[in-house]
Amino acid sequence: MSNQPLPRITPFSQLPKALTGIEGLDEITEGGLPLGRPTLVCGSAGCGKTLLGIEFLVRGILDHDEPGVLMAFEETAAELSANVASLGFDLPQLVADKKLRLDHVHIDRTEIDETGEYDLEGLFIRLGYAIDTIGAKRVVLDTIESLFSGFSNEAVLRSEIRRLFRWLKDKGVTTVITAERGDGTLTRQGLEEYVSDCVILLDNRVIDQITTRRLRIVKYRGSTHGTNEYPYIITEEGLSVLPVTSLKLEHTVSDEVISTGVPDLDGMFRRGGLYQGSSSLITGTAGTAKTTLASSFALEACRRGERCLFFVFEESPAQLLRNMATVGIDLQPFVESGQLRIEASRPTLNGLERHLVTIHRLIGQFKPQTVIIDPISNLVSVGSHSEVSSMLTRLVDFLKVQGINALFTALVSGNRAQQEMTDEGISSLVDTWIHVRDLEGVGERNRGISILKARGMAHSNQVREFEVTERGIRLLDVLVGPTGIITGASRLAQHIQEQARQIANEQEAERRDRDLERKRRVLEATIANLRTEFESVEEELRRVNSEEQQRHSTMAEERRQLGHSFSDHPPTTPNGSGA
Amino acid sequence: MSEDMWELRLYVAGQTVKSMTALANLKTYCEKHLKGRYRLEIIDLLQHPQLAEGDQILAIPTLVRKMPAPIRRVIGDLSNHERVLVGLDLRSIDPS
Repeated sequence: MSNQPLPRITPFSQLPKALTGIEGLDEITEGGLPLGRPTLVCGSAGCGKTLLGIEFLVRGILDHDEPGVLMAFEETAAELSANVASLGFDLPQLVADKKLRLDHVHIDRTEIDETGEYDLEGLFIRLGYAIDTIGAKRVVLDTIESLFSGFSNEAVLRSEIRRLFRWLKDKGVTTVITAERGDGTLTRQGLEEYVSDCVILLDNRVIDQITTRRLRIVKYRGSTHGTNEYPYIITEEGLSVLPVTSLKLEHTVSDEVISTGVPDLDGMFRRGGLYQGSSSLITGTAGTAKTTLASSFALEACRRGERCLFFVFEESPAQLLRNMATVGIDLQPFVESGQLRIEASRPTLNGLERHLVTIHRLIGQFKPQTVIIDPISNLVSVGSHSEVSSMLTRLVDFLKVQGINALFTALVSGNRAQQEMTDEGISSLVDTWIHVRDLEGVGERNRGISILKARGMAHSNQVREFEVTERGIRLLDVLVGPTGIITGASRLAQHIQEQARQIANEQEAERRDRDLERKRRVLEATIANLRTEFESVEEELRRVNSEEQQRHSTMAEERRQLGHSFSDHPPTTPNGSGA
Repeated sequence: MSEDMWELRLYVAGQTVKSMTALANLKTYCEKHLKGRYRLEIIDLLQHPQLAEGDQILAIPTLVRKMPAPIRRVIGDLSNHERVLVGLDLRSIDPS
């Protein structure tokens, strides 16, 4: 009982801690329970206090090679072993290996008569002996408050319990003490007065017919810790605590871009796809091909050689495979090769926390690079709004930290689509939000897709019509008509109209060409006429000219001849008398 | 014969005042009520800690009546006469 040095002193200044090995608890406590000190675990019946204690011991033995002692005041060793056997804890084997000691303390008031002064040295000796024989580092006292039912002298009990905790501290064993929740107090007997280092409260609540278990660290002296209420569940592998959100927003990001599986959709993003490791949300009303889009994403992921985990809450895997095969998304080979895993379950099968844990566990086992959940909105049916929201926050966070490409689909009801998703708060968590919807008009429904947001990337602002064809999803070109975007049959009508218009245009052009030709010919004919006319006029003129010339020369000749005759013999004719 | 033979076992932890008082008191009762009909065994748990578990010892001192059956347990320094007699069921044996 002397002040022994603590068995393990960690070099950093932080309080030395003992890892519990319980999923999630070590994260909340930032490294486990205070090393060499007692921790009080309190909670009402059925919370899993004993389980927490046993798991603490078993994980200590298996993971850290720290032997442990379990002093049970309520159940016998055989009962305890049977209770936790279903969790895969083989207590008798551990006892045989001298790693664990189970000591059942039997207390029966009727067998104990108090006849004077006493103390509980016997308990100390028993515990001390158990610790020393196996060199235990961890001790669980379950439930020490039972002592109060066996002994009537409370003053002695309280001083002895105080002494016991002091003694355990001096021994340097990390102790877990369980206690029943009291009325208005943490424990029925006010044990929290004696255990001041670390107090963990377990709570079992039923809200809307759904049980949720929650864990809270009431205090942790000398250390920071998560202060929220953390849901936890009891799984096939023991206790599992889920930190509501990871405490830091420090995940690394990738600059790589991956395809959505629909080439046309990729084109709507400036960088040609989604960032790797980002989370995306596809919202849409019923029958807007959300699952098909998600399956395309899955197929693309598999083609990239990634492992993909596909959670479906609406269909069976076989149904999904069949349905997707009809639209050219053949997932079957990847399922067979083990690259794609489809996990189907009814949302109402489990509570929300269990779903989350299942998802966590499968991700841990399968280590996928891509996770698809279709649809997350179905989970709303098993939890209240705030719970769903907190669960999704945790999930998105978890996936982001792991750098997993995540795709969620969500069913929204028609007109309140955007508002609803904002209510659930998931829209602010995801990096990319794609909305698919019905475009109704002229007696038919068509599907339109648009990008509502894409963090860190410019994107198209258009609502694009898309078709689900036999070869997957195909986006159609934007067609803007006089009244806006044109889809479906209107698109066809528009197309026919355009064709007609084009033919008309062509005919018109041809007609104009012919007209021109005709005019040209007429003109040419006229020109030829004119030229002929001109030629005849020219000839006439030339003829007149030559005649004139001839006449001139004739007259000149005649005059010359006349002059000759005068000189030879005087003119005899009266005609020439005037000259 | 054997029914009349009492087997008593007193658990103590070292030579504490309470233990010594209990032992002294026990001897007085035995001499007074069970003279010659009892066997007393004193176990010091500091020396034999492994024995504590078997008899479900928590409090010190504890007196266990192994025989006659049923097993009865009395804790404390045995200073309360009435309670010791009731606890060990001594009256019925010797109604004096």
